[in-house]
Amino acid sequence: MNDITTLTTAKDWASDQEVRWCPGCGDYAVLKAVQRTMPDLGIAREKTVFISGIGCSSRFPYYMASYGFHTIHGRAPAIATGVKLANPELDVWIITGDGDALSIGGNHTMHVLRRNLDCQILLFNNEIYGLTKGQYSPTSRVGTRSPSTPFGSVDRPVTPCAFALGSGGRFIARGIDVHKNLPDVLKAAHAHRGASFVEIYQNCVVYNDDVFASFTERTVAAEKQLWLKAGEKMLFANGTKGLALDTDRLALKVVAADDPAVLTHDPSNRQLAAMLILMPQEGFPIALGVIYEDPAPTFESSVAEQNKAAASGKQPDLQALVSKGQTWMIAAEPKRL
Amino acid sequence: MATATHLLTEKEATAHPAGEAVVVRFAGDSGDGMQLTGGQFTLSTALAGNDLSTFPDFPAEIRAPQGTTFGVSAFQINFGSTSIDTAGDQPDVLIAMNPAALNVNAPQVREGGLIIADEGEFTQRNLAKAGYERNPLEDGSLAKWQLVHFNISQLTLDAVKPFGLGNKEALRCKNMWTLGLALWMFDRDRQPIVDWLKQKFAKAPELAEANIAALNAGHAYGETVEMGAPFKQHHLAPAPAEPGLYRTVTGAESLALGLVAGCELAGLNMFFGSYPITPASPLLHHLARLKEFGITTFQAEDEIAAVCAAIGASYAGHLGVTSSSGPGIALKTEAIGLAIMTELPLVVVNSQRGGPSTGLPTKTEQSDLYQAIYGRNADAPVPVLAARSPADAFECAIEACRIATRYMTPVILLTDGYIANAAEPWRVPDMSRYEPFKVSFLNAAPEGGAAMPYSRNGDLARPWIRPGTAGLEHRIGGIEKAPGTGNIDYSPAVHQEMTNTRWAKVAGVAKSIPDQEICLGQEGAELAVVGWGSTFGPIHQAVGRALARGLDVAHVHVRHLWPMPSNMARLLKSFKHILVPEMNMGQFKTVLRDQFLVDAKSLTKVSGHPFRIAEIEAAIDGAIAGGSNARAEGRPMNAPGLKQ
Repeated sequence: MNDITTLTTAKDWASDQEVRWCPGCGDYAVLKAVQRTMPDLGIAREKTVFISGIGCSSRFPYYMASYGFHTIHGRAPAIATGVKLANPELDVWIITGDGDALSIGGNHTMHVLRRNLDCQILLFNNEIYGLTKGQYSPTSRVGTRSPSTPFGSVDRPVTPCAFALGSGGRFIARGIDVHKNLPDVLKAAHAHRGASFVEIYQNCVVYNDDVFASFTERTVAAEKQLWLKAGEKMLFANGTKGLALDTDRLALKVVAADDPAVLTHDPSNRQLAAMLILMPQEGFPIALGVIYEDPAPTFESSVAEQNKAAASGKQPDLQALVSKGQTWMIAAEPKRL
Repeated sequence: MATATHLLTEKEATAHPAGEAVVVRFAGDSGDGMQLTGGQFTLSTALAGNDLSTFPDFPAEIRAPQGTTFGVSAFQINFGSTSIDTAGDQPDVLIAMNPAALNVNAPQVREGGLIIADEGEFTQRNLAKAGYERNPLEDGSLAKWQLVHFNISQLTLDAVKPFGLGNKEALRCKNMWTLGLALWMFDRDRQPIVDWLKQKFAKAPELAEANIAALNAGHAYGETVEMGAPFKQHHLAPAPAEPGLYRTVTGAESLALGLVAGCELAGLNMFFGSYPITPASPLLHHLARLKEFGITTFQAEDEIAAVCAAIGASYAGHLGVTSSSGPGIALKTEAIGLAIMTELPLVVVNSQRGGPSTGLPTKTEQSDLYQAIYGRNADAPVPVLAARSPADAFECAIEACRIATRYMTPVILLTDGYIANAAEPWRVPDMSRYEPFKVSFLNAAPEGGAAMPYSRNGDLARPWIRPGTAGLEHRIGGIEKAPGTGNIDYSPAVHQEMTNTRWAKVAGVAKSIPDQEICLGQEGAELAVVGWGSTFGPIHQAVGRALARGLDVAHVHVRHLWPMPSNMARLLKSFKHILVPEMNMGQFKTVLRDQFLVDAKSLTKVSGHPFRIAEIEAAIDGAIAGGSNARAEGRPMNAPGLKQ
C-alpha cells in the first residue's frame, strides 16, 4: 500500500491511465503543470479529489492518481459542494471548461462562487466545444464560424472572470496552459481559503487553434501580457509600460513605466479587479496571475459551525425524537366510556 | 373503458353509524386559519383517544382574493371510536366561515348533515363573490341539510373586546371561537389548546389571552345557547387500539423521522439536499432542525444541484438524500442516472402532486409511477417503494435507506401530497426493535492488489470507498467502465456485462424484501383489489365492507413496486379478477400486466382528491359482476348538486 502523505513527486500524481487528448492539446500542459504543482502543496493524494463535469477537460480526473469523480455536464460544482460539506478535510479541485462551467453549468458556477466553497475551480477556456466536435461556446467571440454557426456566431461572449467576480468570487486568477507561471497561479489558488477561480487559456489545436495567439505568441507575449503580483507595480512590455488610473474616465490607461501614477497591485481592490478583468483587447495587455483575492469565511466552515452550534447541548436520542410532541398512552385494556 | 359514475347510495349516506365515526369539515377563506383550526382539533381528537384521519385541502394560492371560491381552504377530519382509514367520504358536519366556503363545500355534506355558518360574513358583497344571487341561509336552498347559523364574527368581536385589538386582529380570533364551539360539540378538553396558544403567542401575551377568550366564548356558546335538536353535544368513545404510547404524525414528519432512523441504523450521517417545491418542502423544514443527529441540510440553487450535492455527499461517505415532487424529480433524472452508473447510495423522495408540468401543486395524485420505475434514459433500474399512509412513511424511509446502502443504489420513495399533509395517530415505535444495518466502508485494498472499486459482493453491490482512504485512490464517473477496476471501458462486451450486472443487482433486491402479504381476504379470492401508496385507506375500507357483505374479495397493497416481492406472480395469478384503483390513468395496472401477464383492470381517478370508499366499493361490485376498466368520475368536489 502506498503511504504517501506529504512527500510526493509529479510522477506520484499521475494515474496509470493512458491520456486520451488530441496530440498537441493544451490540456496536456495543464495536466503536467498540476501534477508538477501537487508535490509542492504538501497534501496527501488520498485527501485530494478532482471533480469534473463533461467535456474534453473533464477527462482530467482519470489522469490524476488521487480520488476523482467525472460527473455530468455542468454539475461538478454541485457534486463538489456535497463532497466538501460531507468531508471538509478533503482538498477539492473542480475541473471544467467554458461550455461546462458557463453554459450548461452557469447556475452552479455562480452559486459555488457566492457560497465560497473552499475549492479550486480550474476553467479550461478554449472558446469552443471540443468534445462535441467544434460548436461555438459561450466564450466564443462574435463571428465565430463553427458547424452550428456556419455564418458566424452573433451572440456576445461572457468574460469568465467578470462572471466570477459578479457572482461574488473572492479569488480570481488567469493563466495560460503552456506558460511557466501556471504552477504559481495554481499554488496561490490552493493557498486561498474559499472558492478559487482560475481561468486557464487553453489552446484547442483541432477546432480553435491559435485563438489566443494575439497575446500568447512568443513575439507579442511581452507586449500583451501583464503578470500581476501583489504589492508590485503593474508593469509589462519588459518593464517599459505600466497601467495607471484615468481618473476622469474612471478607467485604466497605459502609461510609461516611470510615470509615478503607475498602479501597485492590490488584489483586495474589487473595483480595480473589475477594471483589470474588463480591459479592452485593443491597446491594452491582458491581466494574468492573481487578479483578485479577498478571503471570507468558507461555506463549509460556516455550515459546520452552525450545525455544531445548533446541536450543542442536545442529545441525539432517536427514541426521544420519535416520542416528541403531545402524546397519549393507551392502556392494555382500552377503557370504555 | 366503461365509466363507473358514482352516485350517492343509501349505504353511503349511512356510512357512519351514529356514535361510531364523524366527519367534520372546517372551511373558510385562505386567511381564516382553517388549517390551524383543523390541526388543533386533530390534536384534541387524538388526545381523546379517537382514531382519526385528516385531509387538508387548500388552494395553490397563498392568499387568494378574499371571499372567492378559489380561495377556499378546508380541513377535513374523520374520527371515531372505530378504526379510521380515510378522511371520510362525506362530511357529517360542515363549518363554513363565509359564503364561498359554503358554496364550495356544502354539496359534499351528507344529506341530513349539519351545516354551521357564520352569518356575519353573509353580506351582499361576499354573497356576490361566492356566486350567490340570494342568501342561501334564508332562501331555503339548504333544506336537505340541518342548518344553524349565527354571527360568529360579531360573537368573536364581543369576546375579545376587553383586549383592545384592532377590528382586523380581533376578527382573526374567529377560528379559535369556532374551534371552541367544535370542542364543545365533541366534548373535548380545552386545556391543550390553551397551552398551545400560550406557547405560540409567548411574545404577545395579549394575543394569547384574546385567542383563549375567543376559544372559551365559542365553547360557552355551545353550552348555553339552546339551539335545538341538530346542535347537540356528541361523545365518541376512544377507539380500540394496540396499547402503547401514541402521537399524531403527518407524512412529512414521519418521513423525516424515518430518514433520521434509517441513517442511524446505517450508522451514517445524513446529507439532505433539496430545493423548495410543494408539497415536498416540509421534509426539508423538519430535517433542518435536527442537526444533533448529524444531519446537514442544503437548500440548493436548483433541483439538479440538490441531487448532485446529495450524490457528492454519498461519495464522501454520508447518506445522500434528496426530495422533491414530480417536476423536480424530472430535473434530477440525469443525476439519478449518474448515481446508478457510479453505484452510490441515494434516497430520492417524491411527494407526488397532480400534473403534468405545474399541474395541481397542492392536490394529490399518484401519476409519477412510470417516472419512478421507467423514467430515465437507457437501462437504468432503481428500486422503488411507496408509502401507504403517514405512519407507514416512517417504515418506508428506513427501508429505502437499507436498500440504498446495502445495494449501493439510488432508491426512489414515493409518497404524495395527501400523505405528506394528512395526519393520523401513530404508535410511537420502540427503536430498539429495529435491526441495525451498519454500513462498512472499504478501508484497505486486498492483500497485494490494487483498489477494485467495481468488485462485487453476493448482492452484486460494489464496495463503498470514501475519499480520504489511503491506498484506495480511484476514479469513478458516468462513462461505462470495466468490471473490477472501474477504468473507462466502453467495449461492447463490457457494456453488455455491466448493464446485465446493474439490472441483476436491482432485481436481486427482491431477495431481501418480505413476501407480499394480503391485508384483507384470502389468496385465491374471486377479486383482488391491488393498490399502492395512499389509496390504502379507501381500498381497505371498501374491501372490508365488501367482505362484510359476503363478497369474496381480497386487498393486496404493494410497498415494493420495483422490484416486486418474489411471490407476486404466484399470488396475483391465484385471483380470478384483479382491480387496481389508482390516482392516475392506470400506471400500476400496466406494470402488473407487463410483469406478470395478468388481466388487471383499472379504476382511475385524477381529480386531485383521494378516492372515496364508495367509489371503490362500486367498482368492486362491478368487477365481480364482470366489469372492465372503470373510472371513478373524479367529479370536482366543489361541483354543486352531488346528489341528483
